[in-house]
Amino acid sequence: MPKKRVAIVGTGQTYHKSHRPDVNGQELINEAVQRALKDADLTIKDIDAVVIGNMDHFEGINYVDCWSVDGSGGTMKPVIKLTTGGTTGSTLAIGGYHFVASGLFERVLIIGWEKNSESDTTGAITTAFDPVWDRLVFAGAISGLAAEAQAYMAKYGATEKDAARVSVRDRKHACNNPHAQLRREVTIEDVLASPMLADPIHLLDVCPRTDGACAVIMASEDCAEKITATPDWIWATANRHKYTYLGDVNWGELDSIAEASGEIYKKAGIREPGKEIDVIELYQPYSFAGIIWIEDLGLVERGKGAEYIWSGATDMGGELPVNPSGGVIACNPIGATGLIRCAEAALQVMGKAEARQVPDVNFALSTGFGGCMWTDVLLHGKKKPD
Amino acid sequence: MPVKENLIIESTGHGQPFDYAVGLYGSRFFSELRDKRRLLGVKCHKCGKVYVPPRRVCGDCFVEMTEFTEVGPKGVIGTFTILRYAFIDPETGEQKPVPYGYGFIRLDGAGTLFQHYISIEDESKIKIGARVEPVFSEERKGNVKDILYFRVIEGE
Repeated sequence: MPKKRVAIVGTGQTYHKSHRPDVNGQELINEAVQRALKDADLTIKDIDAVVIGNMDHFEGINYVDCWSVDGSGGTMKPVIKLTTGGTTGSTLAIGGYHFVASGLFERVLIIGWEKNSESDTTGAITTAFDPVWDRLVFAGAISGLAAEAQAYMAKYGATEKDAARVSVRDRKHACNNPHAQLRREVTIEDVLASPMLADPIHLLDVCPRTDGACAVIMASEDCAEKITATPDWIWATANRHKYTYLGDVNWGELDSIAEASGEIYKKAGIREPGKEIDVIELYQPYSFAGIIWIEDLGLVERGKGAEYIWSGATDMGGELPVNPSGGVIACNPIGATGLIRCAEAALQVMGKAEARQVPDVNFALSTGFGGCMWTDVLLHGKKKPD
Repeated sequence: MPVKENLIIESTGHGQPFDYAVGLYGSRFFSELRDKRRLLGVKCHKCGKVYVPPRRVCGDCFVEMTEFTEVGPKGVIGTFTILRYAFIDPETGEQKPVPYGYGFIRLDGAGTLFQHYISIEDESKIKIGARVEPVFSEERKGNVKDILYFRVIEGE
């Protein structure tokens, strides 16, 4: 059990773009930090510790915890780096939660960032996989995701058109989010007519590469309600890893999100997640995951994901909107991506999501996804946990 | 850097400054592949799962595995994709040979999938469940390229 209850009291994001040559990494980080401090009405002096991360190999520059201190505000403070691949952002959130929940730190600044424009994303991702057994045929994130989609389609009969419907949803939602990189609606026909990258994934089914940063401030129950009248309380966090090599994966089902969300529901006493959760910011790097992973999350029965998507239930105005921000398909500064899901879920709970606000949010779920099919999950709530 | 016989990573004749260990289990797999064209897995005595590539520890049971068992060389396509977008292979600095078939092969007797190229000469035959066999390289060095690719076989 945590020693202290923990809440998010402020968030900040850059306006994410495909290329930000006007700033270096440290300056990009500073933009997000300044916005988070302003949002919480705090100064850097109020911050007790900094948790920061990205995927070093994307920029080819190591140790952001050290070189970013001018921009991060970490000068002469405890700073720690966490980096876990695609889940980096959500792991940062979970790490920051642990800092505050332990009772050792009262106010913690959490920063995720990436400048994907500074290198070749597919090449860099490849270096995260085993040189002996994985790399011969490996082709970056898309190859594993394509294998997942093929396996699911063979088993449950979903189609490329079903997946396109998910992409249409997220790209439409992104138009409400000024921070999203891609804000243009597309049709199902557009998605299906876009170039095939790796069967069955089309260009418009997948996430872009983005430059951007996100900062989140977490505070303990001793001060959270003094900082903001509407804190976003972290009810539970969970994380699961299962596989070593891509060939080990149980393709077509995401075991890690099933187990991690199961732990979350148990901790929070949630029995019917589809009814009790009001909004989800899903780390969904491609459209098919929007069908497959909502089944693993226990929101719908196995094989019913596509039907649920077509019903409109996950659209804005539906019974369980997914990715009001536009999600990862619209914006993907990789080391920040998981933390953006967390920040967006916090905005929903705090009632600060503006044009993308879902009404009356009591519980929000945010997730992170990475490399060899691993998962982080956080549950956010309006009410202070018991 | 001189090119060594057992190099895992080579860029058109040039070695790269990495020296990865494959371990005793990996060495045994590659020796059998090179010398006898046999593929080896290792079986967990607790849960019975056969792992390819072989490794020392079953992650689920967290016990050491010692029972090597021959798998394949034939199998079925567990899942796959066909890569169509061009990208630079960081291993070689050259463009990957797109389009290419990326197979996750369930070798006969194995509980995991083995990743390798699948020949896509006839794309209509590339389906989950299709029978495949490996095509071995004539000159084998004891690495994963000793198999050139897998190809779909019919009439079995």
